[in-house]
Order: sequence, then structure tokens, then C-alpha cells
Amino acid sequence: MTAAFRLPSGGVIDRSRTTRFTFDGTAYAGHPGDTLASALLACGRHHVATSISLGRPRGILTAGPEEPCALVRVDAPYAEPMVTATTVELRDGLVAAGLAGRGRLTGAPDPARYDSVHAHCDVLVVGAGPAGLAAALTAARAGARVVLADDQPRPGGSLLGDDASPAGRWAAEAAAELAALPDVRVLTRTTAFGHYDDNLVLALQARQDPPARRVWRIRARQVVVAAGAHERPVAFGGNDRPGIMLAGAARVYLRRYGVLPGRAITVFTTNDSAYDTVRDLERAGAQVVAVLDARDGDLVTGTSGTERITSVRAVAADGSRRDIETDTLLVSGGWNPAAQLFSQARGRLRYDAGLGAFVPAGPLPAVRAAGSANGVFGLGGCLADGAGAGTRALEALARSAHPVPLPPVPREDGPRPARVLWSVPDAGGADEPAFVDLARDATVADVLRAAGAGMRSVEHVKRYTTIGTAHDQGKTSGVLAAGITAGALGTDIASLGTTTFRPPQAPVPFAALAGRDRGPLFDPVRVTALHSWHVCRGAKFENVGQWKRPWYYPRPGEDMETAVLRECRAVRTGVGLMDGSTLGKINVQGPDSAEFLDRVYTGMMSTLKTGSARYGVLCGADGMVLDDGTVTRTGTDEYLLTTTTGNAALVLDWLEEWLQTEWTGLRVHLTSVTEHWATIPLAGPRSRDVLAAVAPDLDVSNEAFGFMTSKETAVAGVPARVSRISFSGELAYEVSVVAWEAIAVWEALLKAGVAYGITPYGTEAMHVLRAEKGYPVIGQDTDGTVTPQDLGLSWAVSKKKPDFVGKRSFARADSTRPGRKQLVALLPADTGRLLPEGAALIGTPAVPAPPVPMLGHVTSSYRSAALDRTFALALVRSGRDRIGQTLYVPLDDGSVAPVTVADPVLYDKEGARRDG
Amino acid sequence: MTDAVPRMPGFLWRNPDPRRSYDVVIVGGGGHGLATAYYLAKNHGITNVAVLEKGWLAGGNMARNTTIIRSNYLWDESSRIYEHSLKLWEGLEDDLGFPILFSQRGVLNLAHSLADVRESKRRVYANRLNGIDAQWLEPAEAAEVCPILNVSPGTRYPVLGATYQPRAGIAKHDYVAWGFARRADSYGIDLIQDCEVTGLDVRHGRVTGVRTTRGPITAGKVALAAAGHTSVLAGMAGLTLPVQSHPLQALVSELLEPVHPTVVMSNAVHVYVSQAHKGELVMGAGIDGYNGYGQRGSFHVIERQMAAALELFPVFARARLLRTWAGIVDTTPDASPIVGLTPVEDLYLNCGWGTGGFKATPRAGWCFAHTIATGRPHEISAPFTLDRFTTGALVDEHGAAGVAH
Amino acid sequence: MQLLTCPWCGDREEAEFRYGGQAGVPYPADPRALSDAEWGRYLFVRDNPAGPFAERWVHSAGCRRWFTAVRDTVTHEFLREAP
Repeated sequence: MTAAFRLPSGGVIDRSRTTRFTFDGTAYAGHPGDTLASALLACGRHHVATSISLGRPRGILTAGPEEPCALVRVDAPYAEPMVTATTVELRDGLVAAGLAGRGRLTGAPDPARYDSVHAHCDVLVVGAGPAGLAAALTAARAGARVVLADDQPRPGGSLLGDDASPAGRWAAEAAAELAALPDVRVLTRTTAFGHYDDNLVLALQARQDPPARRVWRIRARQVVVAAGAHERPVAFGGNDRPGIMLAGAARVYLRRYGVLPGRAITVFTTNDSAYDTVRDLERAGAQVVAVLDARDGDLVTGTSGTERITSVRAVAADGSRRDIETDTLLVSGGWNPAAQLFSQARGRLRYDAGLGAFVPAGPLPAVRAAGSANGVFGLGGCLADGAGAGTRALEALARSAHPVPLPPVPREDGPRPARVLWSVPDAGGADEPAFVDLARDATVADVLRAAGAGMRSVEHVKRYTTIGTAHDQGKTSGVLAAGITAGALGTDIASLGTTTFRPPQAPVPFAALAGRDRGPLFDPVRVTALHSWHVCRGAKFENVGQWKRPWYYPRPGEDMETAVLRECRAVRTGVGLMDGSTLGKINVQGPDSAEFLDRVYTGMMSTLKTGSARYGVLCGADGMVLDDGTVTRTGTDEYLLTTTTGNAALVLDWLEEWLQTEWTGLRVHLTSVTEHWATIPLAGPRSRDVLAAVAPDLDVSNEAFGFMTSKETAVAGVPARVSRISFSGELAYEVSVVAWEAIAVWEALLKAGVAYGITPYGTEAMHVLRAEKGYPVIGQDTDGTVTPQDLGLSWAVSKKKPDFVGKRSFARADSTRPGRKQLVALLPADTGRLLPEGAALIGTPAVPAPPVPMLGHVTSSYRSAALDRTFALALVRSGRDRIGQTLYVPLDDGSVAPVTVADPVLYDKEGARRDG
Repeated sequence: MTDAVPRMPGFLWRNPDPRRSYDVVIVGGGGHGLATAYYLAKNHGITNVAVLEKGWLAGGNMARNTTIIRSNYLWDESSRIYEHSLKLWEGLEDDLGFPILFSQRGVLNLAHSLADVRESKRRVYANRLNGIDAQWLEPAEAAEVCPILNVSPGTRYPVLGATYQPRAGIAKHDYVAWGFARRADSYGIDLIQDCEVTGLDVRHGRVTGVRTTRGPITAGKVALAAAGHTSVLAGMAGLTLPVQSHPLQALVSELLEPVHPTVVMSNAVHVYVSQAHKGELVMGAGIDGYNGYGQRGSFHVIERQMAAALELFPVFARARLLRTWAGIVDTTPDASPIVGLTPVEDLYLNCGWGTGGFKATPRAGWCFAHTIATGRPHEISAPFTLDRFTTGALVDEHGAAGVAH
Repeated sequence: MQLLTCPWCGDREEAEFRYGGQAGVPYPADPRALSDAEWGRYLFVRDNPAGPFAERWVHSAGCRRWFTAVRDTVTHEFLREAP
């Protein structure tokens, strides 16, 4: 298709090169510098899309991101589900198709790169039109750090494509000067989409080859919003036909792209600005067949045409009617300042009755609007207002400004006041719909209906009619809807106000916001110093918080159950070792350490002897178990705490909070040493033999190295802390060495244990072994509603201390009531039946109709090698009183498993195995 | 999919000026306030009622939530009130005679860790015994319900399964509010907008009226249903509550062809998403950590949420974010609401719904109306008293496998 | 993303901080002396004003120190920071 509407010269396009593209299956050609919209218009194509609910043909209304109609899908070379033709930069091989208001997501491969970057500046200027350039130049010449962001491929704004006038040349020179200054960053193809607290402005930068999207997070001391203005249409019957365009947009297509919108053009305006377009069109050789000026009483009442407008019905002030044959209707209903960012920054807008628009009411301390975004129209006014905004931004930063020379502009004749006209009278009764929001197919009649239904707020009208909820967020329709509503209600639009401008002011791809935080980078992976060994041994891992922990180590042919039973058996009969490095470890130092620990743990820690360890429970002030672990006194004023893997950071933060905000007099310092120490639990009846082999300096006898004591010694030649701590009930040690020696020590232990069948075991075996002993796992056997007493841990709660965190809550009515849930074991009558974790317990063998009274739930459930049967732990109402009773677990298949309630310690109740 | 916006009735409500006196004044013209007004009239014949709204009807959290309706809560007390609510939802369109676009498309709550799996299954077992349709789905089964869900084991936090409640779904929030408002109005209840309560009159321990920007109004009973603003209102009667107001953000994409057939929630990676009738993806984020009344949250929360959403739904990558906003959620220490009496006679309280408010709307209104009409808590809302923060008998949906939203 | 001023580190992005709620709620000197209602208030009841609010923050991804700030909960404007 030939570009019959392309002028021989003018604009920012490169006529020396041809860009081939396909739209709706038809091949077209344009030039580098075109948008999809300008290239289609150059080929005479206005009809590009279909309306969302009425299925009417739709054209191109605007030349920018405010476009409500021209929605397209891009299929190649870089798929985008829905964009406006006015924002798609033309490129070779582009394949696009018109849409009916909805995009289609596909799983097509995404070649684009997404990332984000922070920037800090003194002055951020949004918009590089005349006002923005003047503001940026003023700030930059004063030495301020400036970021200038503009959504077009090059700066210039309304002056883009104007090479002839002094203003156009000034803009080009200003852009060049700014680009060369070291403290100025000019971001093109960059849309500032949101203003957030403390002058954080987010902007999306696009790049074509290779495709990339980058989010700029710009923290600015001062922001100048010079984003221009959006022209608004007027509602009249049939105002949606292809070939109907805003007058200012036609001027952009002419100047920026050298494209004529049509041959026989009618203009319908309420203000002077359209006359600039008329003048430029006539200069370019287009025929302007009629100018209908609403101020003279000339109104458009309807249009005709199928694929495109062919005629306009007009009425004159004297009531005479005529039809005007035309292929293009340009409309101007006035201009709305693009004050979205200013409004997001909580800048107040006021209604300007002369402009028929909401304009910034005045600057904020750190955000000001400039140029047409500030309600200042006319080139000279915009330049001056921009320079002024730059100056005032500098003043706010206590910097002096020097006026920058501004170009001469043609004298603007005393303007004739605009007429504020939202819709042509009786547009609601026209034989064709008069559209307010073309993107939503919402009409004047819809707005009137909303008012009739009792809607008094623009927000209600928006929701009733859906006006302003489409991709363009009502940039061209919002004020129109408010004006028509005000008219229907007989109120004034100033008191009615506008709907809230919500960020982003332009759509942003999800992927751009996700940036690089995808796939493996979604969240950091934490691994221990022994991780590579586990990987080599084929361990299966589980995620515990950010950690990867070995879950079990299957041998060839083994399933999980077999592997775990084997690992458990090894610990009970020989020796096993595991990687316990992920346990949280906190070093506590200072003369008040003992006092501090007495206040936070339920148990007494001040009486611990150096070299001894004690099990400790932490409760919240509400008395519920928060975490548990061991407390080892490593010196007079020094302790080492362990926490559960998942709660390490939480516990450290929590302890710091008490220290810093409550007990500021305590001289205590906390340091996380989780990653400094690799910790290897060595468990099983033969663990002493293994340890003895690698720790020759250590007297491993029970007498010399008793349970819950801790020694420093060399293990495999490496300085180590060895503690006799057991989480399995077996004779066991925990060997801690600096992380970088971990692999050497681990391998030495393995070597020393070969004779005893030493077996690495994972978290699953660890869980089984501890459950056989009735040791709860915080977060698995507890849920934030469980006290130490509920867990049977009263022995770990000091009776002597007058207070500790949580103690007072143990005396609350609910903490002392009978019938609380308590931790018990369950023995299924069918010894091979593995109860599902999470299953509920009921009191009857038959399941009654819901709601069924529940007595508790299964918290942990395993097969036990040592017991040769299955068993479970459960939280059960009055559980300890029910020991010996039979309860029932309803199963997925509708059957019910009878279980016997038992003391939670099922294995080695006497503790005979602890000392080996 | 057609552009599924039903035609609204030609008349919704009057816009009366406030009278000087009412039997009951409800403060807050959101979903709960409007539902309460409706059930006061319908169930109790009390129609000399005003609903006072400081802005526009249903313009607070009702207009800002992500419209998820489900009842698969863990504790008996919670699942009971939400299940009763779901049952009302199932008949609400007929009851109100209003198209509320209630769509029972099911909800998947994803599990990403072994702990999640345990907690999820615990909830399923409890739900079933409470008569709630709950299922546990393995990853492949979850992908059958929602084919765009990425259940690959290779992701950072793979989907290890999901709970599924088929009867859960979404509704059109505005229409729900309008349906209640229209019926309340038709009973003669005055819905009064742009009417901010500036004070509560309390004499001898009893509330007697409210002061408003549109003049004083005497009231036999005053019922607070103002979500995030409840603390400020209660403070006017000298009450402090275990409630904190936080920003909670949500967002929509541009309109898309149908791609997401159900509702997916993931607590572990903090995202929940559905596709509304018009075609936009509707997503919620995690609660911003700080107290805030600005209906504004912090954007890094949205960015994080986007990353999480793309982990679960790679196909969303090139969808575009259209609009973000924030509501003010009234959170309690146990993430359960407070409904009932207060130490001030004739002053009633319905707050603390946090992220659960929308789905509770009909039943919360039902129970609150009962409480106001009879002066006694409704049996279903009785566990949610203020007193539980003294006794410690919390309904801890927070600590206990709580799935928010 | 608010910009907070850590008294020790200066201006930092909000993402580096964790919120600690109302400031100036001391742990009771003798919890045993409190009634259940008083203890319940300590545990659960905090001010929740719309406007200036003295609250605690911790620079958790920085110096890990707690400080008190007065912030307007409506505008998010920080009015005062103090250790």
C-alpha cells in the first residue's frame, strides 16, 4: 500500500529508508521514526480497531499514549498483547493487528530484558517539550543534577519536527546542550508513570533492539511536571467514526511525521488551538472544507460513513442544518493539563472555568507543574512557565538561578475565550450514540442514566458507566464525563471534582516491574558449607525459609520411605550425622547476658555453669511458644543460643528489640553467627567411638563429658566446639567448626565412622527420631496458639523467676482453662496405617453430620523403624487426660482410623540411651 | 467473552438530607454498613435508620478489595461465619434482585513448602468436618483447575499442591454495595453521603447521637461499621481498640481475553489473583507494614508482588499494570474481626475484618443487624467479642496457618 | 517507598526498615500486679491515630538499631526522628 498521505518533506522520519510492516494481514511501508499510527495514516488507513461492546469500527483519535481507540496487538518481532498504535515505534518486520478492547496473552517466548535502576537528582523534569526543556536547562545551567524524562524517542515535545522556527531550533540546541552536560541525564522513550512518597518517581524506559524495559526509580529533591496537556473531544452523535481525530493530533502527524490526515477536512472546535492546525494543514496543501466554531454557534450533530467518516451533519446558530462531505473531522474541545503525576503527589487541582479543565492550584514544596500541564497554554507562555519552574525548583534547593535565554515566538494574538462544551446539546437524544469514553463504548445517555439513578459522585458515575476504566484511564474522557454529569445534576463541575488519578498514569508491563527478580533470582538461595557434598550424594532437598536442607539421601533404587527408615535405623543402632548448620546461632556477650536471658527464656539461664547447656523455650508476651533451642554458657559473660532454622532472623530481631527498646540499661551484645559455624550433629550409640577417633584430645567418657555439657577441642585437627546435645534421645554430639573447615571435618567423621556404618541423615529422619521421643518441632507441632504447658514443657518453665516474657499470660483465663489442646502421641490401631498430617481427630467411630466437633489434629506422622509401626503426634483437647483412650481420624476415603492416645514419649521413656 | 457489564437499574437510591433523629444511625456506608441497614429492615423491621457516609457510598474498602469470596478458614469460629456468609452469597442475587455477578469459579490456595502442605491439609480436613467443600489437590490437579499455573518443580518455591474450594469465587464489589443500598433505600432507610461524623455524644455511659458535618443527629443506637476509620470513631466515645489501620494495595491489569478461570492465592509468595468479568486481572498484595490512613502504599510491595505473580503465571509477563490503589485495612492481633457490644451502652462495633471484610459482607451485616436489634451478639458472631483480648481466647487466623484475604 | 532518616545512617529507603508500631508502650514494671484486662491492653491495644504518630522503626537492613519517629499516618510525612 502506498503512502499517499505522506508529504514529500518535513518531520522526524527518515525518508531515505523504508520500513515494511504488516497490519491485519496487509503489507504496508513506512519510515524509521514513524509510529504504527502515523505509518497507517500515511497509507490512508484510519480504521484500525473495533469497539469493545458495540463492535463499531474505530480509528485513531490522538497521537500519543492518551489514545482511547487504536488498540492493537503486536505479534512480531516482540509480542505485546495490547498497546495503542500511537505508541508503537515502527520497525521492519512489525506484525500487528487491531483489537476489540482486549488483549490476548500468549506464552510466546519473551526475548526482552527487564531490569531496574535507581537514580538520584536535584531536579527531575518530566516532559521534554518547551516547558520541560526550559526548566531542565535552567536547572542544569545552575549546576543542579538533573534528570529529564520524556516518552518520545527524542526531546522536543510539541516542537518536534519544527526545524524551521526559532523555537524549534532552540529546542534542538537545548536538547543537545543538556545531553552533553555531565550532571544531566536525558532519558528518552521514558514514561514517568507514578509519583510516590518523598518524591520517588518511577519511570519506564523502553528500548527496541534488543528489546528491553527498564524501570527507573528516581529519587528527586524537586520535581517539575511538564507533561503537557491532553486535548479532549466533544460528545456528539456518531463521534467515534474512523477519520475523526483530535485537531492537535492532526498537527502532530503533520509536523512530526509529515502525514496528512485526509484530503477534505472539516474542523469542529471550541477554542483557538485548532486554528494552528488549520493553518498548518492549509500550508501543507490539504483542503479544509469547513471550520465549525462552537463559539459561533456552529455545532456538529452527527456523522455518516461506514468504515470511515464521509460526511458531517452541522447546525448553525440560526438553526440551519447542512451536511458537509468530508473524509476527516478534526475536533478540539479544549485541553486538559496532564497533571496526573502532580495529582498523585497530592497536589490540589482547581477547576478553571475559562479552560474547562482542572489545573494545578499551586505548587507543592517539592513538586510543581509547568507549561500546559500547569494550565498555561501558548508556546511563549509554556517556555516562560518552564523556565520559571526551573528557577523556583532551584530556589527551593537554595541555589541561585540565572535566566536562560528563550527563543522569540510569534506574537500570540489576543486569544478569543474558549467555549466550554462537553457535548452538543441533545447529544443524548441523537439517533446515534454520542460517546464519552470511546474505549468503554460509554455514552452521554449512559451518564444521564447514572445521574437519574441517583448517582451524585463522579466516582459513582465512573463505576456505573465504566467511563475512565479502560487502558487510557479516561485521559480524554474523564473531564467530559464530569462536565456532563454536572450538567445533568444542575451542579457545577468545580464542586463535583474529578475521579482520583491513580498510578500508574500509563500502563506498565508486569515483567518490567518484576525486573530481574524472576526464576532463580526470585529469592536468594541459602546453602550450607556442606551443600556441594549433599548434592554429590544425591540428596533430596527441602526449602526451609531460604535455605536448602538435605531432606533425605536416597540410595539407588530407594524411595523416600525406605531411605528415611534406613537413616533412622542407622542412628538408633549405629551412628548417623547430619548437616545442622542452618540452625540459627546467636552469640550473646556482655556482663548482663545472664540477666537478659533469664528475662526472655522461660527457663533459668543465669544458673548455667560455664561449659553447660540447657534447653530453652522463648514465648511471646502473649505466652505462646515462639521458638526453642539450646542455650550454652561459653564463658562468664558469654552464651551461644541456637534457634530453629526458620526463626533465626526473627529471634535475633526480637531479642534486639527487647534490648534496644525496653531494657536499654542491660549491657548485652548480640551477634548472629549462624553462617560462621557449621554444625554437625553426630548421633547414635556409636557416636562416641567416632568422636573419639577424630578428637584425640577429648576425654569422651560419660563421666568426663556429660550430657548437656560443651567442650572446646580439636576435631580432625580443626578447632571445634563439641556439645553433648541430643535431638534423638540417642547418645549424640554436636560438632561445630568454622564454616570453611566444615567439609574436612564432615569427611573425617565419615571416615572415622565407616566401621560403624555411619550414615548421613536428612531432616525427615531427624523429624522422625525427635518425634519418637516426643520432642515438638516449633511451627509444626505448634501454631502460635500453644503454650509451653500445652506441649508438656512445664519442666522448662521456671517457677522461681518472678517474671519473664510471657509469664503473665500463663495466668489469663484462656491459658488456664481446662480443655486446652495438649501434645500427645497417637498410635493407630492398624500399625501400618500412616495418618495424614493435618488430619482432624473426633470422638466417635462414625462421622456425624457437619459441623463435626473436632478434638484436635495430627501435627506430625511417621513410620518408625524403632517402633516397627506408624505413630503420630497430635494436639488434642485435654490430651493428657485422654491417654489410653481411643479417638478417630476421618480419612480421605471416607473411612475412619481408630487411634490410641499415648504419652508423647514413645521410645526409650527411661532415657537409657542418652549416655550410650 | 462479551463485555459482561450488566445494565444497571434506572434508579438506585434517593439522596435525602439527614433528619434530626433516627432509631439507628450506622456510621459507614460501605458494604457492611449497607448490608446491616438492609438486614435491620428485612429481618427486624427496623427502618428508621440512617447510614452516614463521609464520602460516597461504598467508596472505601468496598471499592478497593479484590472481591474474593471463600469460606475455607481454619478455625471453627471463622469458617462458620464465612461459610454462613457464602451461603448468603449463593442466594444474594435473587434476594437483592440485583446483578452482583457472583461467580463461583473456585479458589486455589497454594502450598510451597512442606510446612504449607501440612497447614493446608489441616485446613482441608477441618473444613470438611465443618461442612465446607474443601479438597487437597496435587500440583498436576491444581494445573487442571488453572492451566496457566506454573507447577514446574524447577521454580524457586515450587507449587507442592493446593487447597481447592469449588464454591468460592468473586463478585462485582460495586454492584453488591449498590444492591444492598437500593434495597435499604426502598425500605425507607436514609443513605446520606458527604456526611462525616465528627463526634459521638455519650451521656452517662450511653451513646445518644452523633455530630456530623451535616449537623447533629440523635440516635437510639449507633453502630460503627467504618473499617479502617473505626479507631478514630471509637476514640470519640473514649474507646481504644486492638485495631491498627494499614495500607493494603491492589491492582488491575488492562482488559484481557479470558485466560484465568479461577482464583489463585499464595500466602507464601504474597499474591492472589483472579480475572474479573470485564477481563482485567485483579491482584492483591501483602499488607504494608506501617500504619497508614493515606490510602497509599509503597510501590516496592507491588514490584515484589509482580515478581511473585510471574513465578506462578509466566503468561502474565507482558500483561500491563493499569491501576494500583490502596485501602485502609483494620487489622487485629489475631486477624479476626470484632463484632458486638462495647462498654458504651447502645454503641455497637463491627470492625477488624482486615482482609476478610468483603467476603463477610452479607453475614456480617446479618449478624450486626441482629446485635443492634436485640442488644445481644448473634450466635455466629459471638466468639468475636472485644473481651477475647482480655481472656486470651483469640481466634488466631494469623498464627495458625492463617490464609489472609 | 518512603524515605526514612535513620538517626545513625541518614536517609535510607523504606525497604531497609521494619516497622515497630506505637512508641512509648513500656513493658509493665510488674506484670503480676496487672488485672487480665490491663495485661490484655498492654498486649494488644495500641493507639491508631489518623495524623501524627510516635512510632518505632528499626533499620533492619542497615545498622539494626531501633529509633522513634513521629510520622503523619495520613500524609506519610516524617515530622521528627529521634533515637
